[in-house]
Amino acid sequence: MGKPAIKRYLYIIGLILMFLIGAELQQDGFIDEMLSYQEDVIYLAWQHIELVALSGSIAILIAIPLGILLSRPRLAHIAETAMQGLNIGTTVPTLAILALSMSLLGIGTLPAVFGLCIASLLPIVRNTYTGLREVPAHLKEAASGIGMTANQMLLKVELPNALFVIFAGIRIALAVNVGTAPLAFLIGGGGLGELIFTGIDLDEPYMMLAGAIPTALMAILVDILIAALALLIVPKGVNPLRS
Amino acid sequence: MIKIDNLTKIFDTPNGPVTAADHIQMEVPEGEICVLLGPSGCGKTTTLKMINRIIPPTSGKVFINGQDTTGLNTVDLRRNIGYVIQQIGLFPNMTIEENIAIVPKLLGWDAARYQARAKELLEMVALDPSVFLKRFPKELSGGQQQRVGVARALAADPPVMLMDEPFGAIDPINREVIQDEFLKMQQELKKTIMFVSHDIDEAVKMANRIAIFRDGKLVQYDTPDDLLAHPKNKFVEDFVGDDRALKRLRLVTVEQVMEKPVSVTPNETLEQALKRMEDHGYTHAITMVNDQQQPIGYVSKGVAQTTKGYCGEHYFGLKGLATVGDDLRKIASLMFTHDTTWMPCVDAQGRLVGQINQRGITHYLGATYHRDGDQALSQNLKLA
Repeated sequence: MGKPAIKRYLYIIGLILMFLIGAELQQDGFIDEMLSYQEDVIYLAWQHIELVALSGSIAILIAIPLGILLSRPRLAHIAETAMQGLNIGTTVPTLAILALSMSLLGIGTLPAVFGLCIASLLPIVRNTYTGLREVPAHLKEAASGIGMTANQMLLKVELPNALFVIFAGIRIALAVNVGTAPLAFLIGGGGLGELIFTGIDLDEPYMMLAGAIPTALMAILVDILIAALALLIVPKGVNPLRS
Repeated sequence: MIKIDNLTKIFDTPNGPVTAADHIQMEVPEGEICVLLGPSGCGKTTTLKMINRIIPPTSGKVFINGQDTTGLNTVDLRRNIGYVIQQIGLFPNMTIEENIAIVPKLLGWDAARYQARAKELLEMVALDPSVFLKRFPKELSGGQQQRVGVARALAADPPVMLMDEPFGAIDPINREVIQDEFLKMQQELKKTIMFVSHDIDEAVKMANRIAIFRDGKLVQYDTPDDLLAHPKNKFVEDFVGDDRALKRLRLVTVEQVMEKPVSVTPNETLEQALKRMEDHGYTHAITMVNDQQQPIGYVSKGVAQTTKGYCGEHYFGLKGLATVGDDLRKIASLMFTHDTTWMPCVDAQGRLVGQINQRGITHYLGATYHRDGDQALSQNLKLA
């Protein structure tokens, strides 16, 4: 029996198991219970997506230029210190960041977006900075040796070669962002956290799961989406996914 | 032409200032290859990189084709100098075509022109454009990549090229091939080239002139032959090696050393052959040629002395043939292989044009040799 055959058998066994689990859940009334929250789930999921999209894009827009800036030779003397500062920043729990931003900006969407944005900033800055720093010195020497200006070198050589690492940073940041966004509920930011926390408080496991499962699915979807973007955008010659 | 005037580089290190290049003074005539040679840390790479300001000079000037480059904008300066580095430095995010076309693009050429140029250059470095234009660097072998590296440096047809150990990372077999191809290209292109190497054999093969560096100073600047024949001091002598006389063999072709041909034909008698050998002072043998003047064998003196008859009946097969373009290293090797001390020399059509013997080679190596017209120039350079 060859490897593909084993794979096929496992696949079939998996399908049967899933079917059995589905049937069992249906009999328990689990699915019906979940579906009773359908309207809430859809409304809150949109809110969740808004939170993630807004805070994520602001984080990307701030983090990439910041990473580029820190990687420039004339900032080399402060770059490591700045990165250390950002590293210490990440050790602050997200909940604490949200609490702090609430005390600054009150409750609602704004402090939630602000908090999430801060929380997802670091992985992108760090990966942009490291990705650019790790572009081999001989490539930069070749680039300046053939007469590229600093900007041409950044756009044509450094960024394309660091892009895969930068995308990895964005991927991590957004996955963290989606997973942290339920906490936004605690400062009045809405999102699927509303179902999760209310479910916990009311001891309603179905309500909690109706918030938790879509959150998990969303995290996976965002990950796939960013991976697909990386596949498309990172140039073929330096794209490990396309070799 | 590249002229370097009092070029100096002092690096500030935690252990105090270090002079990496100390008042370097030299001139590379137009169309020549100058190899900067020396042990690591001798200042050769620093000197090279000061020319395109990858390393900014502390003091001194660089002239390219008579123009002082001090006032030139760094970017413009570099776009007019081809630059090849040991690590090759092809941009992995670009195709081979994009890599080659990068300088022309920066210079604002239109697409049709730089695409045609990329194709032409790939052909020049012996890579098939239809196969390689759209590939990425990682899909090429090291040797192929460095060919593209050379093509990229040539893209905008710069008058001057700087090469920093360009063939250093390539395996020995491919290195020989690329060196030969490069020399062939250079014969047509006639670029003025500065080339850093730490390999004396590579230097002797590639260079019109060799500059030997030590501790930031230019120790000797000469043609390869002069350098090997007259090392200026113990350091240069050690650096070029104990076998420097043998290395010189490579610099000379058969044509330069061969003697006038003397031969017999199959229809002549052995008596005539003996007489001709004695007239010319041959102690061993004489070449026999056919009607087309092609060597077909030799008649030995021993046989001619003891036997009567025609040459055509008493000759031996040839042991090796020299072609006029061969270098003496190959001839010496052939002589050792065939255990012989002389060899007939033929031209491209296989006609006898001369003969070469060990005495002639030894005499050549013992003599002080100068290529025509080079003597005065190298004297000047030594004074400069």
